[in-house]
Amino acid sequence: MPKRLIVTIAAAAALTASSVMRAQNQPWNNSGLAQSPNQPQSGPAGPAPRRDLTGIWDAGGAGIGARGATPAPLTPWGEALGKTHKSGDGARMAPIAEINDPLSTMGDPEGFPRNLLFELRPFQIVQTPNQVLILYMFEKRWRVVWTDGRQLPKDPDPRWYGYSIGKWEDDTTFVVQSNGTDERTWLDNAGNPHSNEMRVEERYHRVNQNTLELTVTIDDPKAYTKPWVARNKLALRLMPPDTDLMEMIPSASEAAEYKKVFAK
Amino acid sequence: MKNRFFGVFLVAVVLLVVAAPVIAHHGAASFDTTKEYVLKGTVTEWIWANPHCFLKFDAKDDTGSVRNWAVEVSNPTDMSKRGWARTSFKAGDEVTVTLQPVKGGAPVGRLRNVVLPNGSTLGTGGPAPAGAAAPGAPAPAAK
Repeated sequence: MPKRLIVTIAAAAALTASSVMRAQNQPWNNSGLAQSPNQPQSGPAGPAPRRDLTGIWDAGGAGIGARGATPAPLTPWGEALGKTHKSGDGARMAPIAEINDPLSTMGDPEGFPRNLLFELRPFQIVQTPNQVLILYMFEKRWRVVWTDGRQLPKDPDPRWYGYSIGKWEDDTTFVVQSNGTDERTWLDNAGNPHSNEMRVEERYHRVNQNTLELTVTIDDPKAYTKPWVARNKLALRLMPPDTDLMEMIPSASEAAEYKKVFAK
Repeated sequence: MKNRFFGVFLVAVVLLVVAAPVIAHHGAASFDTTKEYVLKGTVTEWIWANPHCFLKFDAKDDTGSVRNWAVEVSNPTDMSKRGWARTSFKAGDEVTVTLQPVKGGAPVGRLRNVVLPNGSTLGTGGPAPAGAAAPGAPAPAAK
């Protein structure tokens, strides 16, 4: 390899590495891990604490999910609804001018569980005696998971972020059940549909001090022919407790400004 | 032998960095992925916003007419990880932009990399498209 090329590549790599490190180490506006959380650890991780998920967690680039999930086959109802969705990416990808994603074109809430399947940026978990609170960087929204023993509502009014209850299956596995979602939201960035009869299970398994695994299962017999796993042991890394996260809010006015210029 | 190993390592580092996903909210359906233009121009505006940051700049096409281009990158969160910032550009900066245009011929596209006035380059990642134009080739006039 010519020496000059090596020097050029070295300079580019050093510049990129230093800017990435700067972005991730600054005290304000941390943008999260660059890619996969499976990066070398500084030392061996300690054991998982008992019944404790508190902390700031990040899946890096693996959380983005730009192309959407790979679902089970759709029912005729699901197929018909899915055909009305013109997504930015994935199987229903359309040119920018034709995209009708309610999140990116109208500023609707991302909704649950799309917030686990698309733009799952860093999030913080806070535990109180009767709740687990999940604070998401993307959209700057939060969810309340009730741990006080209540049951899910029987005939819920649909909500953008549904209704959630959780319990510890063992000392390192917290399982969340949700229902009552609003079927105007998409399931992911590929425009996969869901009904408001959907049930969602999230399993948070704390593997050790630094690592959390998330598995999400969709059970929506109105839209899909069988239950399916939308996130399978997605690895999340614990971030330093003093991490200040960037704002990442998909505002309606910014989306309109973008579309005015790029929907050509 | 040692130097050769070092060179291979650096190439691997660069490839890992440029292979990062570029666009989170939409794919390539609007863009002509067979074309790439390299345009010298003057920055008119730098929008640091969701869902995509975009750079607007004036550049001459191959007839000598000046057109105002708008080229997008990913969002502020992802661009921060690549060393970009709200302060990366100011109006009047002379830049060289490598871009992939939209299919319809409008002066709109997605940015692949940009050379700043101080000679450094900001990149977005992603592989070069097949049939990319030679560096310096002017963009065709608007149809």
